[in-house]
Amino acid sequence: MLEFIYKNPRNFHHKDFQKPHHSHNSGGGSLGGKNTDTREIKIVRKVLDVNDTIAHQNRELFREKGVFVINVMSSPGSGKTAILVKTLSHITPKIRWAVIVGDICTSNDADRLSGFGAPVVQVNTDAFGGDCHLAAHVIKTAADNFNLDNIDLLIIENIGNLVCPAEFDMGENLRIVVLSVTEGEDKPLKYPLMFRVCDAALLNKIDLLPYLDYDREAAVQNILKVNPQMPVFELSAKTEEGFDSWVEWLMQKLHGK
Amino acid sequence: MHEMGIAMQIVEIAIASIPADLKNAQVKKVNIKVGKLSAVVPESLQFCFQIAVQDTPLCDAELNIEEIPLRIRCTDCNVEWVAHEPVFLCRKCNGKSVKMLSGRELDITSIEVVDENG
Repeated sequence: MLEFIYKNPRNFHHKDFQKPHHSHNSGGGSLGGKNTDTREIKIVRKVLDVNDTIAHQNRELFREKGVFVINVMSSPGSGKTAILVKTLSHITPKIRWAVIVGDICTSNDADRLSGFGAPVVQVNTDAFGGDCHLAAHVIKTAADNFNLDNIDLLIIENIGNLVCPAEFDMGENLRIVVLSVTEGEDKPLKYPLMFRVCDAALLNKIDLLPYLDYDREAAVQNILKVNPQMPVFELSAKTEEGFDSWVEWLMQKLHGK
Repeated sequence: MHEMGIAMQIVEIAIASIPADLKNAQVKKVNIKVGKLSAVVPESLQFCFQIAVQDTPLCDAELNIEEIPLRIRCTDCNVEWVAHEPVFLCRKCNGKSVKMLSGRELDITSIEVVDENG
């Protein structure tokens, strides 16, 4: 059993990780006043290493328990929940799954996902100050709600946001970004980190293409500029067009193929 | 959007790095590296930092941000370049297999401290 060391970013003791080493730089005079002595203290630490450390622990725990974890990210309203509902309808009951849903407020998404009888945990980040992303410690706590021995696939539906969630590792195996055809074709170039850190992209709402002036090819090309080897699945959560190849790919990854 | 959380982490790390032998230490400068591709807006981070340092030994500290360019190398033809756009195709051979050498940094590198009582 791994020790849960993280409680709150405010009282986390960084000294537990790395002792700073000092270098002396006596440049006191420039600062004036009394006997001032300026020291530069080298640190060389990742600002997010508290998160990264917990993400690493999560990853170890999930690996030990045989749980495959995916982190689904997108801007608000691109259809993450609708895609998950349809994806889950394809894999239930063959795959034993659970979902952690992040939102700033409401349990609407969890309500939509809980119709299958599998466990769904809603995380509302307003309790953490209205955070715009999920972080590793939140997943660690949320995962305590499940019996991981009985889960094959844990899906994390992140908070709708193409910026911040990209920075926060949570211990997942795969990152999936959803883009819908009602958003601009240039979104991958505007939010490159998100498209760079993900392992697959889902281009959703393609059933709307006849009604839009949307350059589908340009959108795909922009995704591939940022991440040239990323699989892109064009699909519709409404009509389920394109779902077979997405679900097949996901199942291959889950089974380690 | 998450710059306040990042500013708080920076302050947290900086405070924990003040040597124990400095009883009245004031941090005058915090040096960090921010990669071009990181999802951090320097202006926003500066703004949040000024709020996060209040009532701490960093209350007079300056946040010195070194922006690190997005540097990419093609693993096929080994050409290396600084990208000004987020395009990860080789500029020479159009290859798809590239490595990001820098641009993802979000690192605190040092703090500069004075002991007011010398």
